[in-house]
Amino acid sequence: MPLLSLNNISKRFGATAAVADVSVAVERGEFFGLLGPSGCGKTTTLRIIAGLEAPDGGTVEFEGRDITTLQPERRGFGMVFQNYALFPHLNVFENVAFGLRARGGRGISPTVREGSLQERVEQALDLVQLPGFGTRRVDELSGGQQQRVAIARAIAIEPSLLLFDEPLSNLDVALREDTRRELRALVKRLDLTAVYVTHDQVEAFALCDRIAVMSEGRVHQVGAPRELYENPANVFVAKFLGRNNLIRALRLTSSNDPSTRFKTLEGGHTLIVSARHDQLMRLAVNKPCLLAIRPEAITVSKDQDGSEAGNRLAARIEHLEFSGATTTITLDANGLKLEALVLQAEGFRIGHECVVTLPVDRMELLSES
Amino acid sequence: MNLLEKKAATSRRTPKPRRRFALPAPSTSVLFLIIALVLLYGVIYPNAHVLLAALQHDGSWSPANFFAVLSQRTIVESALTSITLSVLTVLLCALAGVPLAFLFERYAFPGRRLFAALAALPLVLPPLVGTVAFIFLCGESGILARSLQHVFHLSKAPWSLRGWGALLLFHTYTMYPFFYVLTGAGLQRVDAGLAEAARSLGASRARVLLRVTLPQLTPSLIAAALLTFMTSMASFSAPLLFGGNVRVLTLEIFNARQRGDTSIALTETVLLALISLAALIFFQRYEGTRRFVAAAMKGTTRRRQTIGSGLGRLLAACAAIAFSLLLALPIATLVLVSFSRDGSWTTQTLPPVYTVSNFAHLATDVDARSVFGNSLLMAGIATLAALVWSFCVTALTATGRRTRWKRLINVLVLLPWALPGTVVAVSIAEAYGQPNALTGSFILVGTFWILPVVYFLRFMPLVVRAVQASIEQLDRALEEAAGVLGANWWRRFWRVRLPLVAPGALAGALLVFVIAMGEYVASVIVFTPGNRPVSIAIASAMRDFNLGTAAAYGVILIAMIAIVMIVAGRLESRAR
Repeated sequence: MPLLSLNNISKRFGATAAVADVSVAVERGEFFGLLGPSGCGKTTTLRIIAGLEAPDGGTVEFEGRDITTLQPERRGFGMVFQNYALFPHLNVFENVAFGLRARGGRGISPTVREGSLQERVEQALDLVQLPGFGTRRVDELSGGQQQRVAIARAIAIEPSLLLFDEPLSNLDVALREDTRRELRALVKRLDLTAVYVTHDQVEAFALCDRIAVMSEGRVHQVGAPRELYENPANVFVAKFLGRNNLIRALRLTSSNDPSTRFKTLEGGHTLIVSARHDQLMRLAVNKPCLLAIRPEAITVSKDQDGSEAGNRLAARIEHLEFSGATTTITLDANGLKLEALVLQAEGFRIGHECVVTLPVDRMELLSES
Repeated sequence: MNLLEKKAATSRRTPKPRRRFALPAPSTSVLFLIIALVLLYGVIYPNAHVLLAALQHDGSWSPANFFAVLSQRTIVESALTSITLSVLTVLLCALAGVPLAFLFERYAFPGRRLFAALAALPLVLPPLVGTVAFIFLCGESGILARSLQHVFHLSKAPWSLRGWGALLLFHTYTMYPFFYVLTGAGLQRVDAGLAEAARSLGASRARVLLRVTLPQLTPSLIAAALLTFMTSMASFSAPLLFGGNVRVLTLEIFNARQRGDTSIALTETVLLALISLAALIFFQRYEGTRRFVAAAMKGTTRRRQTIGSGLGRLLAACAAIAFSLLLALPIATLVLVSFSRDGSWTTQTLPPVYTVSNFAHLATDVDARSVFGNSLLMAGIATLAALVWSFCVTALTATGRRTRWKRLINVLVLLPWALPGTVVAVSIAEAYGQPNALTGSFILVGTFWILPVVYFLRFMPLVVRAVQASIEQLDRALEEAAGVLGANWWRRFWRVRLPLVAPGALAGALLVFVIAMGEYVASVIVFTPGNRPVSIAIASAMRDFNLGTAAAYGVILIAMIAIVMIVAGRLESRAR
């Protein structure tokens, strides 16, 4: 049984559907991501989990219990807000102690309350590497320190579920990467379950065990980062996660074996694609579809003698974009535009003819939505 | 989205919305009941009573009667006088306030900050005290007229402080700060980058001012015009003391009541209320069409132009000093007169004999002390009630879903603010002057409680607005964070909302307290001889030509206001 499950959750704001029929299950001990462009409903979904918004339809279950209508203060979750939401009138210690005090007797025996409160706050501050910061005013802290206090406040109550609403988006890039690593280590060390909202694919990939990709209030695909990247379920996921070449094509052969032939609409090339059986079942012969291949999967060579097996096309180099470790080559294969990402671009010149190879097993057949 | 679509969207909502982050249901019901009762007794019933009583003439119901009374020449004339006076006041105040705001906001010169603060001074002057100070300074037997008379050996005063000119001068002096302060605030918000963009596109300075800066200031200018118009419509002290034969509505209502001519008083009250509300609605509609939201997020920091040349700096500094002296002159006069012995100042330019006996008198005299005691007590009760009330109202309206009920409550709460003090006082006096169905045999008029009640009704909108503004500034995530951390509604209220809203609320309450201390317009209609507030004592001291005593009362009021303004300023800066 999953720890948390959202069953057909929907939420409208006026005429717009913020969340439409979302079903997601989060396992115990999992670092789960909600990833999508801004306005895709990921934050609303998180707020529904926290109890800050009531869904219009569907149920939220936690440990098998329906908590859809449970008030947020009775859920026992920890939440880190995008702007941290530290109480400006309380110092660091009181901020971290707030949840423990609010819970009063719940979980702490009254006789040892003050002593254990002190202990638990200090413990939480130690965990986020802010020992001895208790008496500081919140507005004296740097953005990174405030962020740690917010995390300490959320974990001090020993939450049964930890919720993050883009907590790293206000930090600068270098600090963000360090904090990312620490955050994942901390959550794993405390054996917590976390739901993490972000619009940053790199961040989601680095942090999360599994990710739900959302747009326009719907979940497109749930899976481990690698799975999402290599086997995107549809056009949106293929486009949203990293760069991708999308090729419009028609299905040529009718047999449902893994190596099916497609004809590209641009360029008229014949491509062999290893597609899954269930995808082929849904696609009739001569019907248009979309094929995808990642730029780094394409190899570019100057002459015909490439040894790799796959779809080989003659192409002309249109543009070279040097970006340090890699170079992006824009190619034109008889009208079919492709982007390839290579480590070594020496010897390539704009206008040169070359051969591109699209490996059969790296090509994906996409479903339309 | 047009109106129909909006309506459709609303009706498509789920039938029973679950409330989040609102009060627990039983408390909501109790609170709703209390608020509904206060609004029913304090706002709905008195105003409805006045409206119905005005329509009901000689026992019969007919709007025809209302229009019959309305068509009397004096009433129509006084309504037109009030409107004309207010429109002229708005124009003059704009002419004085807007250029001044530009001067202080756009240019840097020595002493700018001090003079910028001084320029807002008349805003905090109680109207009656301001009127009295003005008479001492500019009246025909005031310091200015007497000086000219002595210098040029004139046989009589060079002018008389009477009528249109006097009223417009006084109104401009006391109300131009609305334009000055709001234009200044508007200028601070205007993104300097927009002006720079316009200049880079080839627009001249004048074109930038007309096409870029002024359109962005429109909301500020409209808000200032509204405040000025409403204050001018409600103005009472100045028309009373030196209006001459300019008969404005507020004064006519007061006179009609003194004569015992209730039907005319009621009709004029309704007329005054309608004009004020119409103005409010008109200005707000217009403002709605002129609101611009800056598209750019990252603005250019504004830089004040330093007046470079020595001569220019000298001129600007001189102009600023002269101007602030001009503003401070009435208050300085008041202080001077407060040290003069009562009855000693007759034909001299300045009061001849100085003494501290006026203040000693106020401190020792049983009667004078009781007057201060009365005002302190009544303003204190009204303020405390307004503070508690505003937390009740916001607890209900500032959380959870916005509903039609909450909007209605908001409108009713703010209604007394839109009504002139005269209207509020007359409506309470008329509604609770005799036994009726709502109150049984209880009669409020003539008791101690009528003034605290009227003060509360007049000024509670200000405190509610202050608390609402503080809550709106509050990051919603703070209370949400407290909720997720396990705090229930009451804990969120005590530990998060109250401490964060308290400075703003307290600043608003203090302001209301000092305004109530000097309240005259409504007090003069409903006060009881056994319970006279300070303003009534000032007016009667003026009538008895105890000028020193009147001035001393005024000086103490101003000193209290100054202290409160400083404390409130501290509180507000701490709230940020």
